[in-house]
Amino acid sequence: MASVSIRNLDLAFGNVEVIQNLNLEIEEGEFLVLLGSSGCGKSTLLNCIAGLLDLSDGQIFINDKNVTWQEPKDRGIGMVFQSYALYPQMTVEGNLSFGLKNAGLPAAEIQRRVTQASEILQIGPLLKRKPSQLSGGQRQRVAIGRALVRDVDVFLFDEPLSNLDAKLRAELRVELKRLHQRLENNTMIYVTHDQIEAMTLADRIAIMQSGVIQQLADPHTIYTKPVNKYVAGFVGSPSINFLEGEVKAGKKPRFVSEGIEIDLQRYEFKGTPTNGGATFGVRPEHIRVGEKPGAGHFQSKVIVDVVEPMGSDTLVWTRLGGEDFRFRVDGQSNLTSGEEVAISFDPAASSLFDARTELRL
Amino acid sequence: MLTGKAQDGVMTTQERPNQLFRNISAKIAALPMIATALVVFLGGTLWTIFYSFTNSKLLPRLKFVGLDQYERLWTTNRWLISIENLLIYGVLSLIFSLVIGFVLAALLDQKIRFENTFRTILLYPFALSFVVTGLVWQWVLNPDFGIQKVLRDMGWTSLEFDPLYNPEIVIYGILIAGLWQGTGLIMCLMLAGLRGIDEDIWKAARVDGIPMWKTYLFIIIPMMRGVFITTLVIIASGIVRIYDLVVAQTSGGPGIASEVPAKYVYDAMFTKQNLAQGFAGSTMMLLSVLIILIPWAYLEFGGRKRV
Amino acid sequence: MSETVLAPVSAGIDGPSGPKPKRRFSRRNIFVYGTLIIVALYYLLPLYVMIVTSLKGMPEIRLGNIFSPPMEITFEPWVKAWAKACTGLNCDGLSRGFWNSVVITVPSVILSIAIASVNGYALANWRFKGADVFFTILIFGAFIPYQVMIYPIVIILREIGLYGKLPGLVLVHTIFGMPILTLLFRNYFTSIPEELFKAARVDGAGFWGIYFKIMLPMSLPIFVVAMILQITGIWNDFLFGVIYTKPDTYPMTVQLNNIVNSVQGVKEYNVNMAATILTGLVPLIVYFVSGKLFVRGIAAGAVKG
Repeated sequence: MASVSIRNLDLAFGNVEVIQNLNLEIEEGEFLVLLGSSGCGKSTLLNCIAGLLDLSDGQIFINDKNVTWQEPKDRGIGMVFQSYALYPQMTVEGNLSFGLKNAGLPAAEIQRRVTQASEILQIGPLLKRKPSQLSGGQRQRVAIGRALVRDVDVFLFDEPLSNLDAKLRAELRVELKRLHQRLENNTMIYVTHDQIEAMTLADRIAIMQSGVIQQLADPHTIYTKPVNKYVAGFVGSPSINFLEGEVKAGKKPRFVSEGIEIDLQRYEFKGTPTNGGATFGVRPEHIRVGEKPGAGHFQSKVIVDVVEPMGSDTLVWTRLGGEDFRFRVDGQSNLTSGEEVAISFDPAASSLFDARTELRL
Repeated sequence: MLTGKAQDGVMTTQERPNQLFRNISAKIAALPMIATALVVFLGGTLWTIFYSFTNSKLLPRLKFVGLDQYERLWTTNRWLISIENLLIYGVLSLIFSLVIGFVLAALLDQKIRFENTFRTILLYPFALSFVVTGLVWQWVLNPDFGIQKVLRDMGWTSLEFDPLYNPEIVIYGILIAGLWQGTGLIMCLMLAGLRGIDEDIWKAARVDGIPMWKTYLFIIIPMMRGVFITTLVIIASGIVRIYDLVVAQTSGGPGIASEVPAKYVYDAMFTKQNLAQGFAGSTMMLLSVLIILIPWAYLEFGGRKRV
Repeated sequence: MSETVLAPVSAGIDGPSGPKPKRRFSRRNIFVYGTLIIVALYYLLPLYVMIVTSLKGMPEIRLGNIFSPPMEITFEPWVKAWAKACTGLNCDGLSRGFWNSVVITVPSVILSIAIASVNGYALANWRFKGADVFFTILIFGAFIPYQVMIYPIVIILREIGLYGKLPGLVLVHTIFGMPILTLLFRNYFTSIPEELFKAARVDGAGFWGIYFKIMLPMSLPIFVVAMILQITGIWNDFLFGVIYTKPDTYPMTVQLNNIVNSVQGVKEYNVNMAATILTGLVPLIVYFVSGKLFVRGIAAGAVKG
């Protein structure tokens, strides 16, 4: 049973089309991440689901109920915002209970829910404080609590961790995951531009660009089998290496670029390979250095250009096929600039895109 | 319409509800604003323009006389003097308040001590009404007891400084009072503009060895273009309305030497029972404001897209 | 920006280390402070003249000059200005105008701020179709010379029976205060993070719920700014007072003008100046008490002109 269902959603501000004909089905208990760079329409979509923006066209269903024109409070959603959006003049308790009071719940029930939520989030000792007396992490916990007390089926998160520093972000990320495991029947829709959050939290990721979902799949598929060049380039850090060239089809399909030739017999084509311009993508961590290449693997000798040690591992910049080419080695590596190294990779783990349509081949 | 329940797996679609009733509370709450904008501001203005083409006297009446009122207006000596006064007062007041306001703001911006005290002193006249301003300066400029008397007592026995009693220079007497009252405000606006400029600009200019006056003239002032334009519009639209100051300080005298358009309009409407003359005069005032306002609004809002 | 910073570096290399010596009497400082002090004295002069004149007796005024301090301080002019000065047939002084102004200002301030804050809130957070059009007209209204709207308002007030009465003037002040106050509140509410408003909607608060429970408690400073703006503006008004009220209900500014500029009788300059100070006292007190908030208010309300 779909928990949230979006049909043919259109949204335009004046003449600017923000979202066009978007369809999305989200299962009950699913953790869906909307991932994309700023301005891709992901937050707009979330606001539409919340009922904070009026659609131009289309329908939205939550728990099989048509909520397209309903007020946010009647949709059975709770929402957590990037800036926490805590009411500054109210205490933590006041923040948690504001929605419940508006809904006219009896005081005892409000008390019960506030207590329960504050236990889950370990904010019990903070209940009497004002938001200004809390740290960033505590504030975001309260903001989550405010969604929690509403006892709803669908949680909407709008970049909830973006305002926190890196360390806190990592901590709260784990807590969110724990929370989702505990509330396993609750659907969560989570907007972020941070791919690590997306990869670690999501059951499925929807990658958005200019108001269109580019790919909707589980994190592993997104990472290993990106449907197009945009997705491949967006996901992964350090980002994927692209080589421009062309595919030579035939019995032994090959990818040819400036001075190199990659054997594509091990690559899984979606259809039958044809001749034509293409982009070859291989992730920096799939490149092996100094090892004996396996059968059908690509190998080459390259000159080290720049070495960027990052502690746990080291990023090495070099040139291949006339382009910048990065690969990752472990942190102990003692490669130096100007040195020649032998590299190899398995074409099966790489991606190939049509040069014109940018779609996966 | 609100029940979109699933039946046999088929989910019904809902049409967009009537937009008129969406956010109905907000629309009701905005009614006073809508009424004011439409009835008073737009309606009232159009009404006045409309009736300026009639020969209404004591009461408005619909007997059209074409442009007669405007013809009369521009052949009336009193109106012409009013316009001349407004032009002199306006141009000088613009120049002096901008220059004085900016210089004072630049002085206050030198990280000086007692900045608050100085600002408080320079701005307090703005808290006073034009009536109070006019009366004080009427007294200070009084030839028998004021500055002229003091200067004569000090030895300049033949000195003449009686702007309020000399038709030739009375408008400058009003200008002195107007500047005293208003420059504090301009200084504050300019100071806000100066404070809005990135500190790094000053550092860069200093590293480049540019003298301070050149930095102000060629870097800071061009950067404050927006502040200047807004200030200009504020001063200008205030000038057109000048009324209380003249009434209090000179009552338009001596004779009709310090008449201004706003006073002409008021007198025509309420003391001379010549409504349509007043309407024609006020329409001319509106026209002059629009000449200032429309290019500004175009620059301010027309250039960039409003969302 | 001081010149000491611009001094050649070599001077610092050879010289003794330690804190830079202060050059309190640099040429630049003398120029800056000198100019400011002279200008400040000029600005203070009229206030000084008002005060000393109001404390002198008439004989002393006729003999001396207006800048000399009073030889003999008398409060008689103040008493007369407040309780006995004549306008037309009324000889009960400015106190009548003072109380009229209070009765005009208090409800005008409350009503205009109440309406404008709700308008600003509706415009900032509940954007509806056409709102921008009305708002643009409203803002143009801030610049349009009042003279083009004066007479139509006379007619409107006469039709609803408020012409010449205090409630009518209150209405006029509410109307003409609306553009600038609405702008002020709209800008302020726009600066409040939109997510707060969204959160409150998810929490089920409606138009008035959000206004009273979320926005209002967060906006006290801007309400104070608006109050300063309105108190001084309405207290200082002359034009509307003279048009929309009758002699019995004239506000203080109008009455003051009538007292001072009356052609009958002997001019009593000391009484006039006492009356002038009395009239300027309320906005001056507001100004000196509110300090920086006043600056904020006028910067925002400058368009009022």
